[in-house]
Amino acid sequence: MENQFFVDSEYLSPEALSRKHQLETDPASRTDHMAYLPGMERIQSDVMDKVMAQMGAYEPDQYTARDVEAALAHETCSIEDFKALLSPAAEPYLERMAQRARLETRKHFGNTVYLFTPLYIANYCENYCIYCGFNCYNHIKRMKLNAEQIEHEMRVIADSGMEEVLLLTGESRSMSGVEYIGEACKLARKYFRMVGLEIYPVNSDEYRYLRACGADYVTVFQETYDPDKYETLHLMGHKRVWPYRFEAQERALMGGMRGVGFSALLGLADFRKDALATGLHVYYLQRKYPHAEMSLSCPRLRPIINNDRINPRDVHERQLCQVLCAYRIFLPFAGITVSSRESAEFRNGIVKIAATKVSAGVSTGIGDHESKYTGQESGGAEGDEQFEINDGRSFARMYDDMSAEGLQPVLNDYLYV
Amino acid sequence: MQTVQHNSDPLVIGGHTFTSRFILGSGKYSLKLIEAAVRDAGAELITLAVRRANTREHENILDYIPQGVTLLPNTSGARNAEEAVRIARLARELGCGDFVKIEIMRDSKYLLPDNQETIRATETLAKEGFVVMPYMYPDLNTARDLVNAGAAAVMPLASPIGSNKGLATREFIQILIDEIDLPIIVDAGIGRPSQACEAMEMGAAAIMANTALATAGDLPLMASAFRKAIEAGRQAYLSGLGRVLVRGAAASDPLTGFLRD
Repeated sequence: MENQFFVDSEYLSPEALSRKHQLETDPASRTDHMAYLPGMERIQSDVMDKVMAQMGAYEPDQYTARDVEAALAHETCSIEDFKALLSPAAEPYLERMAQRARLETRKHFGNTVYLFTPLYIANYCENYCIYCGFNCYNHIKRMKLNAEQIEHEMRVIADSGMEEVLLLTGESRSMSGVEYIGEACKLARKYFRMVGLEIYPVNSDEYRYLRACGADYVTVFQETYDPDKYETLHLMGHKRVWPYRFEAQERALMGGMRGVGFSALLGLADFRKDALATGLHVYYLQRKYPHAEMSLSCPRLRPIINNDRINPRDVHERQLCQVLCAYRIFLPFAGITVSSRESAEFRNGIVKIAATKVSAGVSTGIGDHESKYTGQESGGAEGDEQFEINDGRSFARMYDDMSAEGLQPVLNDYLYV
Repeated sequence: MQTVQHNSDPLVIGGHTFTSRFILGSGKYSLKLIEAAVRDAGAELITLAVRRANTREHENILDYIPQGVTLLPNTSGARNAEEAVRIARLARELGCGDFVKIEIMRDSKYLLPDNQETIRATETLAKEGFVVMPYMYPDLNTARDLVNAGAAAVMPLASPIGSNKGLATREFIQILIDEIDLPIIVDAGIGRPSQACEAMEMGAAAIMANTALATAGDLPLMASAFRKAIEAGRQAYLSGLGRVLVRGAAASDPLTGFLRD
C-alpha cells in the first residue's frame, strides 16, 4: 500500500494551511536540506563520503545466489558480503542467515536480552516531517512535563523494576531546550542506572554537557540515508538539514558519550540501500572510534494519530528479518534493538536470532505512565503519542516472556563512572 | 583420589588457595551456567561483571553465588585505568571481596585489553590491598611490569574473547609461563576442552572460560568435560610430558658424542 502522508487539520489557520500546502507541492519553497543552519557545528569527517560512495554504488539486484552462498561461507563478513546478504537474492536464504546470525549473537551476547523503556518528556516539535505524529502541522495534544512530572513518571517506571531509561523529546529547541533535557538526565540518574537519549541532534559541547548531566548513550535516527528522498519527507525545520543529522553520532562521541545508536526508518525509501548505509555508518564510525559502543535499531513505519494509512510498504516481516540478520552477521559486536513497533510474536522470535534489546512497558505519549501502568486516570494531563505501538507488554510480562524463551533478561550493563 | 591430588597441588593466588583450576568467566550471563560451572566443572572462582550485577530485586546475581565460591569481580566496561579503579572500589563496597580482575578495553569490536592502562590500574589497586588479576594481551614486558605493579596472577588471552578459537597466542603464553613467577591463567578464546588441556600441559596455572560452556548444547556435560580436560592437562604437565613435547625431542645421536674428556 502506497503511503498517503498529507493530512490537513481543520484546526490550522488559513495561513498555516497555505504554507503547509506550499511546502508539500512546491519544492522551491523549501530550504536547502544540505546546507547547515547558523549555530550548527561542522566537523571534519570522511565517514559521510565513505558511506555515501558505497550506497551510491550499491545495486541490490546485481547480487546472485552465488554471492550469498559465498557470503555465508566467509568467516568474516566483508562489505561486499553484507551487500549480498541485503539483496533480494538472499531472500531464499533467510533460514540459513538466521542460523548464522543466531550463532554470532550467542557468541557475542550469550543468551542475554536487555530490557529498557522509553520516556517521552515533551512532544512539541518545530519540524514538518510528513510521516511523524509529532509533526508541527498535526493536531495532537501537546505537552511538556515539568521537573515534578518527570520525576513522577520516573518513579512509576523505576517501581516497575526497570533500570534503563531512554529519554525522548519532540524536536523543539525552544520548547525542550538542552538545559531542560539536562535537568531530566540529572533526575533520571536518581532512578536509573543507565540513561539514554533520543533527542534532536545537538553540537558536541552540548553532548558533553548532557553527558555530565548523566546521559551516556545517544541514538539518532537518520530516517533515510537517501538525501533526495529525505528532502521530500522533512519539509521544514532544523531536522531538514540532512548532513547535520548524519554527523550527530560522531559529535556525540566527540562529546564523550559512551555509545551511539543508529537507524533508518524502513519503508521511507529503498530499504536495502538504507540498511546498507546504516550498517556502514556503524562500521566506519567504529573504525574511527574503536572504544565506542554501537547499536542499531530497525524501525518500520507505523500509523500515527490522524493518519492510519501510514505503513511500511514493501518491508514485510521477512524483509525486516533479513535486514536484522544481515546487520548481525556484518556487525556481530553491535547491539540490536527491536522496539514495540513490532508485534509480540515477531519480537519473541527475533530475540532468539539477532536482537539483543527490547523495550517493555512502552508509552510513546507524554505523562501517561501511571494511567498505562496502573489503570488510574491521570486527570487528562497527557500528551498524544508519536506513533501507535504494536507490542504493549508490561515490564513484568516481558521479563517473564523472555525468561520463558530461554533468555536471561538483563536490566543494566553499564556503570556510569 | 582426586582430593589427594588436588590437596597436594593447590592453586595459590595472592595467598588464597584453591583446589580447582577452572575459573568461570562472566561474559555470558546465565544462572544455569553458574550452577553447572560450580557443580560439574568444580569452579571455586566465579567472575562477576560488576556492571551487570543487578542489585535491585530482580535476580541479583550475588544471591546465586553458592557458598564456598569466591567472587572475582571484573571491571568490564572500563575504558581506562581510572574507570577500572572506580569499578573495583565499587565492587568492594558492594561486598564482593578483595579480588578483582582488571579488564580495560578501548575496542568495542574485538574487546582486546589495553596493556598500558592495565598496568596503571594494577599498580593503584594492588596498593589498595586488592588481589589483582589483570587480563592482558600476552606480552612479556607487560607481564613483568604487572609483576612489579603488584599483580597476583597474570591472565593472557588465548584468542579474541568469545571466539572459541583456542590458543592463537600459544608461543607468547609459553614465554610468560617460562619467565613469570606468578600463576599464568589463560583467559579468553578457549573454546574446547582439548584447548584447555593443551594450555594446562604447557604449564598454565588455570583456565578461565565462559563462552565455551555458555554456548554448549549440554551445559553440565561440557562443564564436566572441561573439568576432566583441565585435570588431565595438569597431570600431564606435572608428569613432565608437557615439557618434553613443547621443547621437542632430543636427538638420538648426541652431537657432542665426539668429546673425549
